[in-house]
Amino acid sequence: MALVDIRNVTKSYGSTQVLKGVSLDIKEGEIVTIIGKSGSGKSTLLRCINALERIDGGEITVEGQPVRTDMPNLRDFRQRVGIVFQAFNLFPHMTVERNITLAPVLNKRIAKADGRALALDVLERVGLADKIDAYPAQLSGGQQQRVAIARCLAMRPHLMLFDEVTSALDPELVGEVLKVMEDMARQGMTMVLVTHEMGFARNVASKIVFMHQGRVWEEGPPAELFANPRTPELQSFIASVR
Amino acid sequence: MQTLNFQQLWRYQDQLIDGTLHTLLLTLVAAAIGTAIGVAAAAAVRSGPRPVRWAIRGYVELIRNTPSLIQLFVVFFVLPGFGLRMGAFEAASIALGLYFGAYCTEIVRAGLDAIPGSQVEAGQCLGLTRWQVFRHIVLPPALRSVYPAFTSQFVLLLLGTSLASQISAEELFHTGGFIETRTYRSFEVYAVICGIYFALVMTFKLLFAAVGHLAFRWPVRR
Repeated sequence: MALVDIRNVTKSYGSTQVLKGVSLDIKEGEIVTIIGKSGSGKSTLLRCINALERIDGGEITVEGQPVRTDMPNLRDFRQRVGIVFQAFNLFPHMTVERNITLAPVLNKRIAKADGRALALDVLERVGLADKIDAYPAQLSGGQQQRVAIARCLAMRPHLMLFDEVTSALDPELVGEVLKVMEDMARQGMTMVLVTHEMGFARNVASKIVFMHQGRVWEEGPPAELFANPRTPELQSFIASVR
Repeated sequence: MQTLNFQQLWRYQDQLIDGTLHTLLLTLVAAAIGTAIGVAAAAAVRSGPRPVRWAIRGYVELIRNTPSLIQLFVVFFVLPGFGLRMGAFEAASIALGLYFGAYCTEIVRAGLDAIPGSQVEAGQCLGLTRWQVFRHIVLPPALRSVYPAFTSQFVLLLLGTSLASQISAEELFHTGGFIETRTYRSFEVYAVICGIYFALVMTFKLLFAAVGHLAFRWPVRR
């Protein structure tokens, strides 16, 4: 059974239909990269998977559970499905440790000492254990994004969503974030990424999904999709990002 | 020409100290009431049901657009007609608390509005409740951004407690009037009263600076 099952999902903002019947399966351990032009519905689809947006039609299930913005166990669900944003969204008034342990301490009631150990554990995975007492304003963009990933990892999610996490970074900082994500992929984390990093999509993803005009236009393994794009839209997109 | 004579005031030092302490107590009680109203009302204005939002807007407009002396009279002279009888100090605490609460509502609301929605979203994505998001993620940076406005309003409240003398609440200005009627040394009395208010305000300013330094330590990238 697929970890995420998306069936014929539609979503509009006012009179603009952004998703026009999207269907997609994501299996456990898969690294799915969603690519496409701006406005093709990639980020909206990601936000719908995390119940940040209400869908108008169709169905999304994660681990067999239908996803709705008014689902009764929404808070538990969100702890299982982590999302990392383009703008990091760290809490500026909290240290890195507090950013990471806030939710586990409040919701899972872990002790303060265990919280620090948890923070150190996830920070080591993103290579930032020495920044545990720093504030976000004292970190570079790349470091902030790695802390945002660590904060998600601390919730022990079953699925992680990445919404253009390198787009706001200076080019020299992109590599450090991609490396963390590659490590996570190797460790078997199920990941769905919206990205413009074609190198990452080509080398790390197990499946590429090309979205165009609110639909899944093409999908398949990266080697196949990049070598033999079937539609002129994907051909043109690949040519434009090369 | 009459010469200045502060000596006569010396024997009223106990009354002056007592008046100063009452002014301090009145300020702190009114500030506590007003801050509680301000935080709760600002939160409700953003996310409460429509009738509650209207009621809060009405309260804020009513208090900010009418003289505080009349508000004081209403609480002290009119409410007893509805069975709410209270002493002068209690009435002044409530009236000034309501006055401070209206301004505080607008100050805190401005702070809450300054927090990007993405911060709230990040908190929701971690599985936090609405209250946890408000308490831990939104409120601290919001209060930091409005702290200077809040402390200025507090100073205005402290100086405004002198209005309570009009309903005979025992505070510093009322004490000044009492001493004046016994010494006929108007200038000296009000010069001393002024000096005490000035000292109180300066002390609070230093205190607020220290509290702000300790409470809002996180660095901000500008």
